[in-house]
Amino acid sequence: MPSPPQAAHPEEESYPSVSETTHDGTVAVSAPVSPDEGLTAAQLAARNGLTVSGARPSLVEYVRQLWDRRHFILAFSRAKLTAQYSQAKLGQLWQVATPLLNAAVYFFIFGVILNASRGMPKDVYIPFLVTGVFVFTFTQSSVMAGVRAISGNLGLVRALHFPRASLPISFALQQLQQLLFSMVVLFAVVVGFGHYPDLSWALIVPVLILQFLFNTGLALIMARAGAKTPDLAQLMPFVMRTWMYASGVMFSIPIMLADKPQWLATVLQWNPAAIYMDLMRFALIDDYGAENLPDHVWAAAGGWAALFALGGFVYFWKAEERYGRG
Amino acid sequence: MAEDIRDEHTAGVTADEHTPTVIADELHIVYRVNGAKTGKGSATAALSRILKRGSDETARGVRKVHAVKGVSFVAYKGEAIGLIGSNGSGKSTLLRAIAGLLPAESGRVYTHGQPSLLGVNAALMNDLTGERNVILGGLAMGMTREQVRERYQEIVDFSGINEKGDFITLPMRTYSSGMAARLRFSIAAAKDHDVLMIDEALATGDRSFQKRSEARIRELRETAGTVFLVSHNNKSIRDTCNRVLWLERGELRMDGPTDEVIKEYEKFTGK
Repeated sequence: MPSPPQAAHPEEESYPSVSETTHDGTVAVSAPVSPDEGLTAAQLAARNGLTVSGARPSLVEYVRQLWDRRHFILAFSRAKLTAQYSQAKLGQLWQVATPLLNAAVYFFIFGVILNASRGMPKDVYIPFLVTGVFVFTFTQSSVMAGVRAISGNLGLVRALHFPRASLPISFALQQLQQLLFSMVVLFAVVVGFGHYPDLSWALIVPVLILQFLFNTGLALIMARAGAKTPDLAQLMPFVMRTWMYASGVMFSIPIMLADKPQWLATVLQWNPAAIYMDLMRFALIDDYGAENLPDHVWAAAGGWAALFALGGFVYFWKAEERYGRG
Repeated sequence: MAEDIRDEHTAGVTADEHTPTVIADELHIVYRVNGAKTGKGSATAALSRILKRGSDETARGVRKVHAVKGVSFVAYKGEAIGLIGSNGSGKSTLLRAIAGLLPAESGRVYTHGQPSLLGVNAALMNDLTGERNVILGGLAMGMTREQVRERYQEIVDFSGINEKGDFITLPMRTYSSGMAARLRFSIAAAKDHDVLMIDEALATGDRSFQKRSEARIRELRETAGTVFLVSHNNKSIRDTCNRVLWLERGELRMDGPTDEVIKEYEKFTGK
């Protein structure tokens, strides 16, 4: 490898401080990749135990690094959540007020104006609708935050070292915390329509865990895609809206598609968003029984979560060393 | 003053400490900028560019900026290296590449341990209190919760934020620009590093804070293996560095001891 011309001289007159304290032989070492030693940069690096900067760690090592950063991931998600409303006069009260207003709007439109119950008694339909909206919003906002997780935080990616998966995971975690605030409102709505807490409410916990895993995987996939193609941030709202209407947020899939071919309803019901929504409704609403759920619903919920969490993580990790390029 | 530092620094250098910490080998960095093709900003132009797929990147409106062109050097333990050059000469880009934060187009950077950039700005949030930013920034740099807790008071005292009342519990957006810069530097400088890179950090804050931060940089240099410093202030380069890399248009124009390179550089810039 030819040594750069401007770097060839420092041996003679330069580094007075260094040459004073060392014997003749070491002076040559001061020159970049001394041709005398006949070592290439790679050999010199290997001899001194240097490693390639910014190389992708192994998957196991990556998981370990991520685990070391767990406090950062948590702190970052909470900071984002707090920063959201810090300029508002009511401050953190908005965490609860926003979902409450959302629920009120849906109640007003569907419960009062349209009086639509879509084949369900009204005291089931309103909690059904509000549960659907909150649960779907959880996935929707995780996807939207995921798309921008890398492309919207390039400054951070270009300034500090951390496993990049920290960002999408942190954003998914922020959405989970947001959902927990919404759950308070949801409980109030559900109880308000006469569905009191019972043993089935305990199912909320596994449903939330599985949905969180699914969302995180999806956020990781979207983060990699969004890092390569920032345009996705413009496209995703349309994709998400289509997904929302296809998942039965506002209607019961089996009832609405009763006169359509059976396979269509089956496909829609098995999509992950519909699965998690239906499970949450089943847990919360007394009159929303198991007959509304597809077969093997828990297997589907677990399968989607495992598939996306693992697949998304590996997919994201594969491009780890490329995040941050402009 | 410059002499003192250098003597103090080199006194500890022995032959076995003279090991390379950073090796850059024919490093090229290229930025790709979307939709920056000159004069064609309209939607139809963008569309026609997308449709021209298959042709090369330039035709699709992706402009390449070749920021660093084939830079090679070896940095050793105990060195403090200044990076100089006019604006846009690729200094900051080179630092980020050494830190492994910007992928190389070709060539390689080998490093000993994990080089870190002294800069935590991007992790901080203006809407949060100074207090929470200290914690968040510390965690973002990879400190453990215990380390952050230990250093917390030290960071706040160093920044001098609380000298004029209890400002640390106020959101950072209420700080003056000088105060915010001081807090950022204090957080960033709280961690010990193997290879430390500082990008124009010395120019922040008032005179007394600048003195304190220069002292802190010297301290960091003693604990760190190697320090890189980007600055347009030749005096602060003279005060802290014993070797200087001069970059011009992405190429390494000169590499040598501080006085020589700065002399040439000053001749070049016409000072």
